[in-house]
Amino acid sequence: MDVRLWTFILVGLSFALYIGVAIWSRAGSTRDFYVAGTGVSPLANGMATAADWMSAASFISMAGLISFMGYDGSVYLMGWTGGYVLLAMLLAPYLRKFGAYTVPEFVGERYYSQVARVVAVACAIFVSFTYVSGQMRGVGIVFSRFLEVDVTWGVVIGMGIVFFYAVLGGMKGITYTQVAQYCVLIFAYMVPAFFLAVMLSGTFIPQLGFGGADPESGVFLLDKLDGLHRELGFTAYTDGTKSTIDVFFITAALMVGTAGLPHVIIRFYTVPRVRDARVSVGWALLFIAILYTTAPAVAVFARTNLLDTVAGQPYEAMPEWFSKWEDTGLITFEDRDGDGNIRYVADPAENELTIDRDIMVLANPEISRLPNWVVGLVAAGGLAAALSTAAGLLLVISSAISHDLLKRALKPDISERGELLAARISAAFAVVVAGLLGINPPGFVAQVVAFAFGLAASSFFPVIILGTFTRTMNREGAIAGMLSGITFTAAYIIYFRFINPAADSPGNWWFGISPEGIGTVGMLLNFAVALTVSKFTPAPPASVRELVDRIRVPGGNA
Amino acid sequence: MPDPTAYWARNLRYLAILLAIWFAVSFGCGILFADALNAVRIPGTGFKLGFWFAQQGSIYVFVVLIFVYARLMNRLDREYGVAEE
Repeated sequence: MDVRLWTFILVGLSFALYIGVAIWSRAGSTRDFYVAGTGVSPLANGMATAADWMSAASFISMAGLISFMGYDGSVYLMGWTGGYVLLAMLLAPYLRKFGAYTVPEFVGERYYSQVARVVAVACAIFVSFTYVSGQMRGVGIVFSRFLEVDVTWGVVIGMGIVFFYAVLGGMKGITYTQVAQYCVLIFAYMVPAFFLAVMLSGTFIPQLGFGGADPESGVFLLDKLDGLHRELGFTAYTDGTKSTIDVFFITAALMVGTAGLPHVIIRFYTVPRVRDARVSVGWALLFIAILYTTAPAVAVFARTNLLDTVAGQPYEAMPEWFSKWEDTGLITFEDRDGDGNIRYVADPAENELTIDRDIMVLANPEISRLPNWVVGLVAAGGLAAALSTAAGLLLVISSAISHDLLKRALKPDISERGELLAARISAAFAVVVAGLLGINPPGFVAQVVAFAFGLAASSFFPVIILGTFTRTMNREGAIAGMLSGITFTAAYIIYFRFINPAADSPGNWWFGISPEGIGTVGMLLNFAVALTVSKFTPAPPASVRELVDRIRVPGGNA
Repeated sequence: MPDPTAYWARNLRYLAILLAIWFAVSFGCGILFADALNAVRIPGTGFKLGFWFAQQGSIYVFVVLIFVYARLMNRLDREYGVAEE
């Protein structure tokens, strides 16, 4: 059977599975819709969180990014996993004890302020929309490349599926489809990784093969890659080019941003008890770590394979996948010196080949000549990753609108049924907007991803921590902290990414910190401003101090 | 009735120790001292130590840290009689 038929079958089967799960887990109340009735087991929630968190970017782009960045790619590996340690120890158990439906709800109650609530709603909606448009785009790309349908139709089909289970099932439907999607995506990621590990290192565990040796020559893969890099004029793979301070700040911003992302936080509202929330973060990170420790191995295998296959080889001898990806414009070759050979070197004046990083994972099975069903499986996995993340984000948007704005601020007397209907309508509305953003992506999607993490790091993280770990933090401090953190972070990113992109280079950055890493400074500023302002303004009411005492202790009569 | 302040102080002590390890493996071994550690290799593999911490080791330690914290806190909850049913 050919690749296309396999892809149709595997994608079709996975979609049928998601729809079946969605019908089985419909939401009957707002409690079901927002937090899945708080009845999700810690293990299932861990899987759902892993699928929620691992987006099209993690599945499709990350290994490719790392294979081009080498050591510098570590910022993503540590940054997108280390945040879970903070989540497990500093946020999840206390937020679970508090027992809210949304993140803005905690901010609003703890800081006894509608202003704080509205600022939090605005941040949650902005962060989530930024993210979700990228997911829909990922769906479109997979459809167009593997099933040869138009990107627009791909996005429409993806919207249809998400619409079905997010609108019908809310958090409950999303949770159980995410569990199914995790299984699909991790299987799809690991199968080609096992094949590659055997081919390149002779052992089938990618994490070991990564440090293993070429079975024929006995040279360690990492040494071989460092050598190839030097020959072609690149920095050694294990060295990297970013400054230490920048790596430090980017990693910190991604960690703290991860811990502050609303769609990740709300997953821990869905388990029954505080102790479940703690251990559930552990399961989530374990499931994420399976992919995240495989990705750098895949990056090394892919990079070695690619250099072996293309560098210095005659263009005529390129295999079929090469021309297929050339058709999509993601690989381009320009024979500058006219010798018919592909020159792939670091020097842009002499280089003849450009390869889009995003295709590394998708093209890997073909580059390595794996069976056709593996290629189809990778397509199904990419879709599972994109759809599961999109659904989680859409829920944040819908609950921010129907619960935080409508129920808590505008129309407090709305009935349970009215609120559930409003939640469904806002979820439907969010799906459509996300789809439109996916079809006509604003040119700046890639640039605003730094925003999502920077804003989450500089807004939510400090106020939640201060709300739990101090009893004296007050409304004035929290609002001043959030506003100064966001304003500073946004100003820095907007200046370097939109107003003066020409200046976006290490020489002009403050202390050599790139816009990706500035969220760390924004977070520190938020903490400093909040603590200072709270010293000079009235202390919070006694009821809030009691609330803090209550959320610090899991159960009992405390 | 056990003292909630003491419960909280123990929690903070666990946090300080575990977060110090969290910082040491990632920001320490993986970033600040990565170059120095790269002089050492994990025997029998192609891994330079700093690089390994940055791309593998820190992640394994993170997973262990969370499960350790969950266990320590479950025990603490029982000790102070604040465990949930």
